[in-house]
Amino acid sequence: MKSIEELNEIREKTLSEISLRKDRNYTGREKHILVCGGTGCTSSHSKDIIEKFNELIKEHNLDNVRVIRTGCFGLCARGPIIVIRPEDTFYAMSHVDDVEEIFEKHIMNGEIVERLLCKDVDGSVVKSLDELNFYKKQHRIVLKNCGLIDPENIDEYLAFDGYKALEKVLTSMTAEEVIKEVSDSGLRGRGGAGFPTGKKWQFAKDSQDEQKYVACNADEGDPGAFMDRSVLEGDPHSVIEAMAIAAFAIGANKGYVYVRAEYPIAVHRLQVAIDQAREYGLLGKNIMGTNFEFDVEIRLGAGAFVCGEETALMESVEGRRGEPRTRPPFPAVKGLFGKPTLLNNVETYANITQIILNGASWYSSIGTEKSKGTKVFALGGNINNVGLVEVPMGITLREIVYDIGGGIPNGRKFKAAQTGGPSGGCIPEEYLDTPIDYESLSAIGSMMGSGGLIIMDDSTCMVNLARFFLDFTVDESCGKCPPCRIGTKRMLEILERLVNGKGREGDIEKLEKLAMNIKRSSLCGLGQTAPNPVLSTLKYFRNEYEAHIKEKKCPAGECKAMTKVMIDKEKCKGCSLCSKNCPVQAIHGELKSPFEIDQSKCIKCGVCIAKCPFKAISRV
Amino acid sequence: MNEIEKKSVCTCGEIDDNKKKLLEVIVSVNGDKSQLMKVLNAAQEIYGYIPTSAQKTISEELDIPMAEIYGVITFYTRFSLEPKGKYNIGVCLGTACYVKGSQMVLDKVKEILGIDVGGITPDGKFSLVSTRCVGACGLAPVMTVNDEVYGNMDPSKVKDILDKYV
Ligand SMILES: Cc1cc2nc3c(=O)[nH]c(=O)nc-3n(C[C@H](O)[C@H](O)[C@H](O)COP(=O)(O)O)c2cc1C
Ligand code: SF4
Ligand code: SF4
Ligand code: FES
Ligand code: FES
Repeated sequence: MKSIEELNEIREKTLSEISLRKDRNYTGREKHILVCGGTGCTSSHSKDIIEKFNELIKEHNLDNVRVIRTGCFGLCARGPIIVIRPEDTFYAMSHVDDVEEIFEKHIMNGEIVERLLCKDVDGSVVKSLDELNFYKKQHRIVLKNCGLIDPENIDEYLAFDGYKALEKVLTSMTAEEVIKEVSDSGLRGRGGAGFPTGKKWQFAKDSQDEQKYVACNADEGDPGAFMDRSVLEGDPHSVIEAMAIAAFAIGANKGYVYVRAEYPIAVHRLQVAIDQAREYGLLGKNIMGTNFEFDVEIRLGAGAFVCGEETALMESVEGRRGEPRTRPPFPAVKGLFGKPTLLNNVETYANITQIILNGASWYSSIGTEKSKGTKVFALGGNINNVGLVEVPMGITLREIVYDIGGGIPNGRKFKAAQTGGPSGGCIPEEYLDTPIDYESLSAIGSMMGSGGLIIMDDSTCMVNLARFFLDFTVDESCGKCPPCRIGTKRMLEILERLVNGKGREGDIEKLEKLAMNIKRSSLCGLGQTAPNPVLSTLKYFRNEYEAHIKEKKCPAGECKAMTKVMIDKEKCKGCSLCSKNCPVQAIHGELKSPFEIDQSKCIKCGVCIAKCPFKAISRV
Repeated sequence: MNEIEKKSVCTCGEIDDNKKKLLEVIVSVNGDKSQLMKVLNAAQEIYGYIPTSAQKTISEELDIPMAEIYGVITFYTRFSLEPKGKYNIGVCLGTACYVKGSQMVLDKVKEILGIDVGGITPDGKFSLVSTRCVGACGLAPVMTVNDEVYGNMDPSKVKDILDKYV
């Protein structure tokens, strides 16, 4: 166990070793090669890159060069990412075969390998991370350590003020003061509902019981969202420290993190962090020499969306089917194992240490009147810079899509954005200037959600998108209540018939009626929000529904049953690229004369559309 | 032989390694029934699915009725009652992948392998599942073969990839 003095010594020593990662005026001889070890870059083999660098360093006996496996840098679309500090050189889409060149030229001779530098969306070469437009409008509070530290080394977390917030709380604050600070900061839950965090802590504190728990929701069920996973992978201690602070505030001594077994890297790093925190006495009895006691345990989920709902989560933590319980009693009164429980989302927790250290007024100076601080989004879909972004509340969707996201690829047009995943709604082009905050998003029929932000271009059919989400909720409904179990199924059947060109008059009205009934009579949030994607697409893209029904046409050209892929004879130069790439050999023709598609064979995959250099192929 | 090894002896007289691993996990939870998810996740990893024999072991050791264990297994998508193929193909149908056309990748895999989602080829070589975001959305659309991730997929790439495993 380490005393406060010993922790300070570790901080000082480690900081002197790693300050060059932040210090642009550093002139020493050390170099740090930061390689992304997030799930995205790990999938594209960043581990091999790390191994190769280590091999070369060993071979050359270098004592001033270190390789660090970090969490996600955010720009996952350009992974695997290598950043060399102190000069901050940003190599993107790296491959293990490039490592030798980087090592020989850059590390040994201080020569930047221009060929491998990251390119911005406009094609301009970017020398350092700061120059990328992607980062310019971001404000990193939750992600401040992601891509900066080795998440499996507690000393590095300590060096950048880690566990100082806990120290401040344990040595100089009362539980009331902690809760007041959190309340005054204006922080609201990042798991979706946006409930004021300070108020939630107060409720849990007010519950009288010998045994209370704090819990962390890391289920992240929205498919295509990876914010919470990335925080756990890149900076797990920030969540553990915040849970300890919450436990102090409400009077709990035990915490649970509920995370999916499908997130192996996150689970591993969290466990390493817990073990290291225990070793340093930052978890356990008599933390920092006080009489505060707290420990954390991981509980694994196994891929059920409904388990993100708070009462279902508790059932699952206790080892049962994740079926929601009726509320009241609320978890703050009767939660895990029947005891008062405080449940917050990963990102909510990840804000806490900064609020304690920098004060509520600092935090509440960021954002809008009712939505304070920042929000992390997993930006995905038809957007150039797919990745993880953290933005101040109040930023517009347009800024996220065009300034940070780099716009829509393939010269296509923005059509809509989906926030809140299967519980959320879409935001059409006319609302691109809506500020991102809880109230503004609800007002236009969408929601903040937990951070999934999917961008869709004009090739996306909104009816089919609604079908996609309903298909998901039908799969994921726990089945406890009939309106959710059967109602969503009925809605899905209607949507399926629409996209298959078999829509009937009155289907839209049936959808609306079902939607209202399901929303009103479902027990939990899953059922209550399941119809949202249908209602919001109906609100903004009703004409597409009507075209599917009345004209049996899919205006976006996505629904296969109603579209054909055709080659424009005027534009086709007979280059044969399309036929070479067609997976079912449906395209025939003679070189230099127009090619033709055999409609009986074509599976409408669209590969040829993308491959044709003359834009001669389209869906009609 | 220790307690666990004794219990792991199979009818053939040899120690059943998988059963031994499972029993070690069960022992580590100290009879705590609320740790069922941990034990089931371990079983899923050890066997690649959760066979009846494993369910029985868990039921006996943790004193939880078989029916309840079955109910939990069938509730969660990660758990399966059937073995997977030697190569388990996953096509991501998370939203980020779907809007970039992963359904067509899935259709292509189905066509080539001649099986549906949840199916397995008669020779046991390939099985097919649809996944919901593997966390590599930057590479969307994504297909996985066991632990290997293939990004920026399109239907025309499917055959070459599968051919590597035939
Ligand atoms: C169907 C459903 C799924 C949910 N999934 C998640 C999730 O994956 N992660 C999360 O933090 N909250 C999720 N929530 C919200 C939680 O129930 C809960 O409100 C939240 O974890 C509270 O933490 P917060 O106040 O910090 O946001 C979900 C809710 C519903 C109804
Ligand atoms: S609304 Fe749906 S998911 Fe929620 S409890 Fe009812 S059936 Fe289960
Ligand atoms: S859409 Fe796909 S299947 Fe049809 S012709 Fe083009 S490449 Fe071939
Ligand atoms: S996972 Fe590497 S940048 Fe996101
Ligand atoms: S949606 Fe496919 S990897 Fe995330």
